[in-house]
Formats: sequence, structure tokens, C-alpha cells
Amino acid sequence: MAAGNLVQGALFTVMVVRAAMLRDSDFEHELAQQIGRSPRFFQNAPVVLDLRGVENFTEAAEFERVRDKLRALTLTMVGVQNAQPAQLEAATGAGFASFAPNASTQPRAAGPATPPPVSKARLVTEPVRSGTQVYARGSDLIVTAAVSPGAELVADGNIHVYGALRGRALAGAAGDEAARIFCTRLEAELISIAGRYLVSEQLPPDTRSFPVQIALVDDQLTITRN
Amino acid sequence: MAAETDLKKDAPIGPAKAGGEAGLAKVIVITSGKGGVGKTTTSAAFAAGLALRGHKTVVIDFDVGLRNLDLVMGCERRVVFDFINVINGDANLNQALIKDKRHDNLFIFPTSQTRDKNALKREGVERVMEELKQQFEYIICDSPAGIEHGAITALYFADSAIIVTNPEVSSVRDSDRIIGILASRSRRAERNEPPVDVHLLLTRYDPARVAKGEMLAVEDVKEILSIPLLGVIPESESVLRASNTGTPVVFDENSPAGRAYVDAVARFLGEQREMRFVQPERRSFFKAIFGRA
Repeated sequence: MAAGNLVQGALFTVMVVRAAMLRDSDFEHELAQQIGRSPRFFQNAPVVLDLRGVENFTEAAEFERVRDKLRALTLTMVGVQNAQPAQLEAATGAGFASFAPNASTQPRAAGPATPPPVSKARLVTEPVRSGTQVYARGSDLIVTAAVSPGAELVADGNIHVYGALRGRALAGAAGDEAARIFCTRLEAELISIAGRYLVSEQLPPDTRSFPVQIALVDDQLTITRN
Repeated sequence: MAAETDLKKDAPIGPAKAGGEAGLAKVIVITSGKGGVGKTTTSAAFAAGLALRGHKTVVIDFDVGLRNLDLVMGCERRVVFDFINVINGDANLNQALIKDKRHDNLFIFPTSQTRDKNALKREGVERVMEELKQQFEYIICDSPAGIEHGAITALYFADSAIIVTNPEVSSVRDSDRIIGILASRSRRAERNEPPVDVHLLLTRYDPARVAKGEMLAVEDVKEILSIPLLGVIPESESVLRASNTGTPVVFDENSPAGRAYVDAVARFLGEQREMRFVQPERRSFFKAIFGRA
């Protein structure tokens, strides 16, 4: 369902308005008063229309009328929940989304039901020797020993080295530009984040052998002494 | 021992037991990755040093096609059968083993000069190793340079490894590589057994040149390789002389290198000894003029 980094799950707080109560003229008045008390909070706030217990709303025009009514109260209707098939069809026709039917006060946004699984970081406790490559697929990489010249660390997430980093370190190997590299002693042959790289001789001399963190800032590899 | 007619196969052979399980021989590989750093010199010196300490020791030349150990051990005129003959079943072990003339505990197992490393078949080597373990306390494997088949076969059966390193960056990097290979491709690694115990031996060390910044210092090498230091062998003319006369350098009591090897063997056997030959020597006026004796 989710296509890599293109689609991400997120949770939002959305107000729910019960369609059954809309018929009550007092309800509209009370809602207007409540909005008047904290107008900022309700400015353009998303609203989901809960259709539980109502039989009408089988025409797109009925949804549009409610939308306009809510619009006048500065609310933006974004979808419906607890809809019957005919109601859902009408709502979709009017351009509204369908929210999970049983959520009552805090419906989840559409998309993946759960955030993508967080994989545990890969932990390496032995020195990483020349000629060896360690790849942390889909996770962070933590090394608690030295990384020798000629060794290579690759991680889809962040790289942490609690020791001298003398080999290569490539973080965000799958393209994550937010990935970072941390080490307690920077003597690397090459550092890279999401494909942008610096070789040893391009590293600022005043960072050499210091504890640093490396991040991608405005598309530039930026080394900060810790 | 003479009174015992019923000799058990697993009974310890020498006066002291080899490390590990009771009576089981210990296989030590002398390796480096890089060539010319002193593997064969170290193999000869270490084997002789262990023999001098009363341990029955054999040293095997794994450098098939570039046979040198027999020269350094001074037994080149006595080679009839070799390691490859035994692997191929053309000769038995006792026909190929050469007993050292200087010490009863010391044996040399020469290799073939006419074959190449492909003749080192793992099953054959394994069989020979098992057979050697019945007779010896220590089996020293003199590895060829490189990280190819010959070097891998030499380290595959190791329980301990001595990483021979010169105080210069390319040697240190190659040592690092071979330490990584020991941790991933030795039999102990493949079987998930306790890892090969790895020791650093720094050879051709010249404290005067270290002081001038022309050579890496002991501490630098230790820090990069992060393995325990077994010894520092000073650069010494006696090493070349020992090689050319076919006498392991430990037999030369006047040689600083020989004494440093004796210390290293003692440390390997668990003794505490102070590191010598790591400070620049104060040269007297006469020595400065006439050179070192």
C-alpha cells in the first residue's frame, strides 16, 4: 500500500460532528458559540461527519449543504464515517473521504493503519577490520569499536561509531537525507549521507580526530564538532 | 614415562601441557597479509623458542612453491618428502618430518617447491593436522603472504594467531585485513567456537627511526589494530645472518632480536615480561663511529 517514502502514515486529531444532531437548531447555535470562544483553534479545522443513525444523506447535494453550513462556521468538512454503502457512494461523489467506521472521537487518518515498523539498530561490538563491509539494511548502525581504514559501514539509517572512524561511513544509503553520522573520533576515508559524499582530504582539518556529527544541511554535508 | 607401556594417545607429550583441553595440541598460525615482514623468521624463531622451553613443536611451511622455511631452519639438504606428498598420501608423516639437529623437541615439516597453493586440499590438510596433534604440543603454521587460498588454508585450523607487522602503514593495514579474515573465515569462526586468539608481533622495529618520525610507534600500531602485543623485535643484523646460516635467531644469545623472540615466547606461554628494545639505544661515541657490533 505504501510506496516507500512517497506515502507515510500520520495521526491527526479531527472533530466529529454527528449528522443526527444537525437537525437540531440549538446545536448549530451552540457550536457557533463554542467556536466563538476559541476561534483560532477552529479556524479551518477538519471535520468528519458521523452518519450513525441517520437514513438520509444518500445524495451528494445533502453533503454539499452540510459542507457549506460548516464552512460558514470556519470548519472544513473532509470526510464521513459510519456510512451505509449508499451514503458512502454519495459522499465519495461529493469529494469526501471515508474514515474508519468505528472510531468515534479520534478517527485515524486514511493510509496505513500502523506506522511503518521500526527496526532495531544493528549493533557491532568488535572492531570493523580493513576489507569488511557492514550493512544495516533498513536500520541504524551502531559500532562500539574502531573502524579501520579500508572498512566500510553502510546503513539505511544513522551511523554511530563509539571509537575512531578511520574507514568509510555511508548513512542514508537508501536515500534518507535526514540520516546522520556520529563518531567519537573522525579520521574517515570517506563520509556520505544519501549519496552526497566527502573524501578524507575534503574534511575540514579542524574536525580531524574530534568527536563530530555529520548531517545534510541545505544539500551540503555539514560537520559539527560535538 | 619409560615404565608405562600402555601409553595413552591423548597423554601430554612434553613436560608442560599445551593450552586448551588436556593434551590437545595448539595450532598457531604466523601470518601477516603482507610479504617480507618476517613471517618465516618468526615461525622459525617461535618454533625453536617453544622447543627450547621444553615443548614438542613442529613448524609447517604453507608457502607451497616458494619453499623457504627449510633454508631458515638449515635443513634444506635433508628434505626428501614434503607436506604435499603427505597430503596426497604419497608418503607418511614420519617420512616427511625432519628432526632438528639442535633440539630434540623441534621438527620441521617442509613444503613442495614444485607445486603451487592449489595442492593444499583442505581435507588433506585437516587429516595431516589431526595426525600432528597426536604427536606435538604446538603446531606452527608458516603462512604465505596474501589473502588467497594458501594463506586461508594456513590460518583455517588455527587456535592462536601471531600477526607479524612492520611499523609502517601498509603492513598495518594488511594485518588488519588478516585479523578480519581470522574472525570470519577460520574454522573456529565457521563453527561458532571461541574466536582464534590473536597476538601482535611487531618486527623490524627501529626505536631511533620511530623517534625521528620515520616509523610508526608501538602505541600507534597497537591502537590501530587493537589486539594484545606479544612482543617487539628490533631491527637487527643478526636476523639476516641467522637466515643465511640456517639458524633460528633464538639460538643466538647475543642477538637483541633473538632475546626479544625469547621474551615473546615466554609471554605467549603466559609469563609477564617487560618490553625491551622499544627505547632508542644510547650510542656511544665509538659505536657511532664504527657502527654497531
